[in-house]
Amino acid sequence: MKHVKTLGTALIFGSLAFSGASLAGGASGEALSYTCAGCHGTNGASTGPASPSLAGMSAVYLADSMRAFKSGERESTIMMRIAKGYDDDDFDKMGAFFEKQTMHIADQSAGGMAGKGEKLHEKYCDKCHAESGMDPEDEAGQLGGQWTAYTEYQLQDVMDGTRDPGKKMTKALKKMHKKEGDAGIQALLDYYASKK
Amino acid sequence: MSNKFSRRNFVKAGAAVGAASLAAGFSPFAIGGAHGSKKVVVVGGGVGGATAAKYIKMMDSSIDVTLIEANKDYYTCFLSNEVLGGDRQMNTLKISYAGLKGHGVKVVNDIVTGIDSGKQMVKTRGGDSFKYDRCIVSPGVDFKWELIDGYDASVAENTPHAWKAGPQTVTLRKQLESMRDGGTVIIAPPPNPFRCPPGPGERISQIAHYLKNNKPKSKILAFDPKKGFSKKGLFVDGWARHYGFDAGSMSGGLIDYTLQDGVVAYDARTKTVTTKSGNKIKGDVVNIIPAQKAGAIAAAAGLTNAKGWCPIKGNTFESTQHKNIHVIGDAAIASPLPKSGYAANSEGKVCAAAVVALLNGKEAPHPTYVNTCYSIIAPNDGISVAMVYNFVDGKIGKVKGSGGLTPKAFDAKARAREQQYAYSWFENIKADSWG
Ligand SMILES: Cc1cc2nc3c(=O)[nH]c(=O)nc-3n(C[C@H](O)[C@H](O)[C@H](O)COP(=O)(O)OP(=O)(O)OC[C@H]3O[C@@H](n4cnc5c(N)ncnc54)[C@H](O)[C@@H]3O)c2cc1C
Ligand code: HEC
Ligand code: HEC
Repeated sequence: MKHVKTLGTALIFGSLAFSGASLAGGASGEALSYTCAGCHGTNGASTGPASPSLAGMSAVYLADSMRAFKSGERESTIMMRIAKGYDDDDFDKMGAFFEKQTMHIADQSAGGMAGKGEKLHEKYCDKCHAESGMDPEDEAGQLGGQWTAYTEYQLQDVMDGTRDPGKKMTKALKKMHKKEGDAGIQALLDYYASKK
Repeated sequence: MSNKFSRRNFVKAGAAVGAASLAAGFSPFAIGGAHGSKKVVVVGGGVGGATAAKYIKMMDSSIDVTLIEANKDYYTCFLSNEVLGGDRQMNTLKISYAGLKGHGVKVVNDIVTGIDSGKQMVKTRGGDSFKYDRCIVSPGVDFKWELIDGYDASVAENTPHAWKAGPQTVTLRKQLESMRDGGTVIIAPPPNPFRCPPGPGERISQIAHYLKNNKPKSKILAFDPKKGFSKKGLFVDGWARHYGFDAGSMSGGLIDYTLQDGVVAYDARTKTVTTKSGNKIKGDVVNIIPAQKAGAIAAAAGLTNAKGWCPIKGNTFESTQHKNIHVIGDAAIASPLPKSGYAANSEGKVCAAAVVALLNGKEAPHPTYVNTCYSIIAPNDGISVAMVYNFVDGKIGKVKGSGGLTPKAFDAKARAREQQYAYSWFENIKADSWG
């Protein structure tokens, strides 16, 4: 997926959220993002057990994800129906709002293979998902501290071809799986869940 | 830019930070009486009232917010049908008001008996009065008992509606547990408009789920005054897959669903319902969900129209009948938004933003709303309806092209995930409204 940073992002957010200029038309980033909280948690900090936290996510990744949900390029149970209610400007505003929030670490237990998972992460995933997948600048979602059920669904979807995160990512995951099997996936999930 | 102005902006920008520190029990931005803090009184600590109170504090912690709620604890209606089905415990529905207190909301346990819009004063049964600059009313629903002969609030204690979660949910569950195999469960869904349109379908699903595994010779008979019901296609398809139902005849297996023939009378002694067409049927367990109207305090305060609901302006939720009083949640006429928990939460935020702006001498901001309702037909079979709403030409409207239902074609992977996402929605909506 291409990541083209929209020039206006910061400006749009600045003017709308801080001056009440939202009267002019369209809702502010804050107002738009508050409507997501019933599923994604207050300010995007999800209480789980499956729906992902959005807090601290890169604005570009969030807006790109919304576009992909809207077009159907990325399959979803419900996000397509939600994303179709907004335009690109709205997505940028939501992105700017969530990017400002502190990344949320899920309060969940991790299985016993976190050590092994760390090694697998370093070997196969780290180059695109730095800092245990917690660096928003990678624009590739949150791995460490994300809800395990959600991350597991994404890996299932990449494995069975439902989600296309780019050829290289798919190749890396399949290579890992070929060598380590389902236990490798479990080890990675344990590792991400162990992040506190 | 004045000091006051920039501080307020700071609070806004720091919403997340503010929320975190407020949750810890103190408010770094509290201004107190410095420039005479504005007072908001919230009537009813359900989904709508709690959300509005919390978000006002998040947006401007200098506003003095008092929330008056009749009950010590709140029990969510959402997922209470799973308690009836036996897969969920009552304590997971229970919510305390500690979270709101942590945001600096003053929570009062009392019953509001009157709202004096002239004096801008709320009065309680306990004898207290609370002055307000703006009042937010979110009392939920009450029942039009008079429409079913022989059914009223006292009869409902043993023949529960269970349309407000709490003791009646427990009673109905116990009755299902003690019913013999081969018994008849009668369910009477209400006429429109009512709280949680997909709720009766979900209830039938959950009770069928219980009967299938425990009392498979039993039968659910539904008598609905309406021509159809919310998510009908999805429910009917699910009932066929799980409970032996036939969509063509609307009967078979564990469920018989009669449309356009609601319950008009009830004999509590013999547990017999009479339908509009004159049918008399005796049940072992009877669940009558009466027609609804706005919570009683709304009528007492002169906020309701002839039909018993509260007309409001869609961008502020201010009553069109009384200034400085806002009505949100099930009690308000916010159509096309349905009477649901997600909608009440969304309305609470729109109302909070408007109240904060108006109290600070600004215009209400541009609103945006979302609704979603999940229902669980059976384990690993979750479905949903969703919609995004906007405010155009002075009215709330559906955003064209958005929303809709879970696809009807059964997709095992997606349905299993929807159940898990429904549980996530449950945890998040509780935390977002009261936490
Ligand atoms: C079986 C069932 C299943 C449901 N499932 C879902 C679902 O899956 N998703 C969904 O979105 N919605 C669901 N709902 C709907 C949801 O519960 C309501 O829409 C929501 O609670 C409305 O919020 P409210 O603030 O208007 O009212 P409520 O949440 O009912 O709150 C009203 C509060 O006001 C208090 N009150 C009333 N009068 C006074 C007074 N005079 N003084 C003091 N306090 C007072 C009451 O005690 C109560 O706590 C369901 C409902 C039912 C019945
Ligand atoms: C009804 C619940 C619901 C609502 C409301 C909702 N979401 Fe989602 N969201 C989900 C679910 C469930 C997923 C997982 C994908 C799927 O199956 O739809 C998801 C996934 C996402 C993702 C992908 C996260 C990632 O790491 O790739 C983003 C981004 C997102 N949502 C943004 C939003 C925004 C922004 C809003 C508000 C405008 C919103 N969502 C409203 C339920 C919801
Ligand atoms: C070549 C770079 C690359 C490699 C290597 C890579 N990924 Fe990714 N990954 C991405 C990108 C880019 C995305 C975002 C895709 C999108 O925008 O839809 C992504 C998305 C994901 C997601 C979804 C995140 C979300 O929030 O929805 C998961 C989970 C994930 N990767 C796990 C892994 C794992 C585990 C590995 C190692 C086995 C790995 N990735 C290796 C680039 C990579």
